[in-house]
Amino acid sequence: MLTIKNLQARVEDKEILKGLSLTINDGEVHAIMGPNGSGKSTLASVLAGRDAYEVTGGSVAFNGDDLLDMSPEDRARKGLFLAFQYPVEIPGVSNANFLKTAVNEVRKSKGLQPLDSKDFLIMMKEKMKLVEMDKQMTTRSVNEGFSGGEKKRNEIFQMAMLEPAFAVLDETDSGLDIDALRIVANGVNALRDGKRSFLVITHYQRLLDYIVPDFVHVLFNGKIVKSGTKELALELEEKGYDWIKAEAAV
Amino acid sequence: MNQVIEKKELTNMLLNSPELLPAVQSLTMLNREGLAAFAAAGIPTHKHEEWKYTPVESLHPLNYAASNIPQSPYSGTLPNASSGLRIVLRNGYFDNRLSSPNLASAGIKIHSLAATHKSEAEIGSLIDMHEEPFVALNCALCRDGVVITIEKSADPSTLIEIIHLSDAGTGKQMHSPRIFVKAEKGSEASISESFISAGGNETCWTNAVCEIVIEENAKVNFVKMQLESEGSVLTDFTKAVQASNSTFDIVTVTLDGKLVRNNLHIRHNGTNCTSHLYGLFVADGEQLIDNHTLVDHAMPNCFSNELYKGIVGGKATGVFNGKIFVRKDAQKTNAYQSNKTILLTDEAQMNAKPQLEIYADDVKCTHGATTGQLDEEALFYLRARGIGENTARTLLNIAFAQDVLNNISDGAMRENLTLLVNQKLSDANG
Repeated sequence: MLTIKNLQARVEDKEILKGLSLTINDGEVHAIMGPNGSGKSTLASVLAGRDAYEVTGGSVAFNGDDLLDMSPEDRARKGLFLAFQYPVEIPGVSNANFLKTAVNEVRKSKGLQPLDSKDFLIMMKEKMKLVEMDKQMTTRSVNEGFSGGEKKRNEIFQMAMLEPAFAVLDETDSGLDIDALRIVANGVNALRDGKRSFLVITHYQRLLDYIVPDFVHVLFNGKIVKSGTKELALELEEKGYDWIKAEAAV
Repeated sequence: MNQVIEKKELTNMLLNSPELLPAVQSLTMLNREGLAAFAAAGIPTHKHEEWKYTPVESLHPLNYAASNIPQSPYSGTLPNASSGLRIVLRNGYFDNRLSSPNLASAGIKIHSLAATHKSEAEIGSLIDMHEEPFVALNCALCRDGVVITIEKSADPSTLIEIIHLSDAGTGKQMHSPRIFVKAEKGSEASISESFISAGGNETCWTNAVCEIVIEENAKVNFVKMQLESEGSVLTDFTKAVQASNSTFDIVTVTLDGKLVRNNLHIRHNGTNCTSHLYGLFVADGEQLIDNHTLVDHAMPNCFSNELYKGIVGGKATGVFNGKIFVRKDAQKTNAYQSNKTILLTDEAQMNAKPQLEIYADDVKCTHGATTGQLDEEALFYLRARGIGENTARTLLNIAFAQDVLNNISDGAMRENLTLLVNQKLSDANG
């Protein structure tokens, strides 16, 4: 699905990713944990194609295509999805209109006919159930005036609508209370179909109780310094990151 | 400060269309006074404070011939007719072939200006032509227009639709239409005024003046749509004077024209007046779109709210000058003003100048002006969902414009304008 090799990236003059390698196969769920400033969100941004990040080395292959060579919209059309850490408020654009445009642009890129309003509404209704979303959230402007929990639910709702092959969840658990966390995690789990892959970026082990990963990686100072299974997350939760830092320093 | 144009030259210009003068007896006084006032004032230069960012020196009226009554019937198309009353002023002249066949409606009286003999005392009474050179020029050259009286019994759902049609081919003509509206006590009216060109190659100058009298407890809803060809020049002066407990709401949408200068003046002559002023302009290429507004709060307990938004691309220029004047007696005034502009390119320009002059001590007034770029974060968010960059830009710009367009209460008009704005923005984004 996704092969990252020796990825290096910077923001302005600051090197943040310093040779990150990671392979994610079809249907796998990988978690990335790490202390603040280790490069977790940079990785998410680089994968989604955010402008401010400059890739200075390495490669990312996404189902055989050179991901880094694509515009953000083409990445999305090829099936990459980023659930934003801070979803953007867009006054004046209704959630429904936004999603209809997005779904149909993705369909168009695949040579499919656009969904008409009726089919789109049916699809929307079905996916809204996944994240227990209120109907009126679709008529409101994108994320405008949404609570932190509503914004994150909206991200997962969008993911469900766009049906990506690979989704990056960038600290989707931040700012969520336990109920919202459960709803969001249930939404993600419902989309785990054995083919779709996930990269879950998080600070806390808590999320991984709900979204159980196949692999856990520790990112520190721009590199993956340790990989393991879900037990590694528990160990990190218990011991903190200091021992990782100490190991990495050796 | 102004270029003084030889009175003789101006008289000659006026006499270029001599057959018109005797035909409109009722306007000869206005024409003469206008001519004298314009000759004294001349064309303003950029040194004139009110014309600092809008160069009109090059628009010497002598380069334009005064409009004639078009002889041949109009062969082009007009926007779809609404169920209301349509008045078409072709090159400034009332065209009864294009207007609704029956302009009589209960409580609404519509007459062509040329056929109205009694109103001359009122025409021109709201604006001091000696202060406004282009109003003087309109007074000098206007031969026709429309006078509308709305009585209390009028059905407010009847749209009164005024269309200014420029139809002179590639000729350089100056159209000088004149509108006079009186909303009588307790009446309610919905009026639209659109400026369109017969063809894309029109190069005329429309110099329009619109006076609106709003009597006690009357309500006027006004939508102005400026959609002339890209080579056209439009100078428009609209003045509304409100009596107590009256409401005046106006939305001005400017999309086309080489140079558009709007002056919108509202005066509260009574207490408890309400006014909403909304404006939207989308400029590209080398367009210059200038909105000058003045809300003159002369009496206590009045309210005004103003929102003007602009999207400027290409090498275009936008100008906004919004003045709120709160006179000494206008206590308990609530006056708000906001001007927001998005610049799409490095070469696009916006000159915004909010002005508050307050002489009363118990008022609430705010103003704000922002000029910036499209929200890059929002753009990335949309693109990250698979929406192409151009579509995403258009979507965001439309959302920005929607704040203004949503205030057009007529659904068909709102949809039509949204469509036109959408088209223009899609073109601007390639």
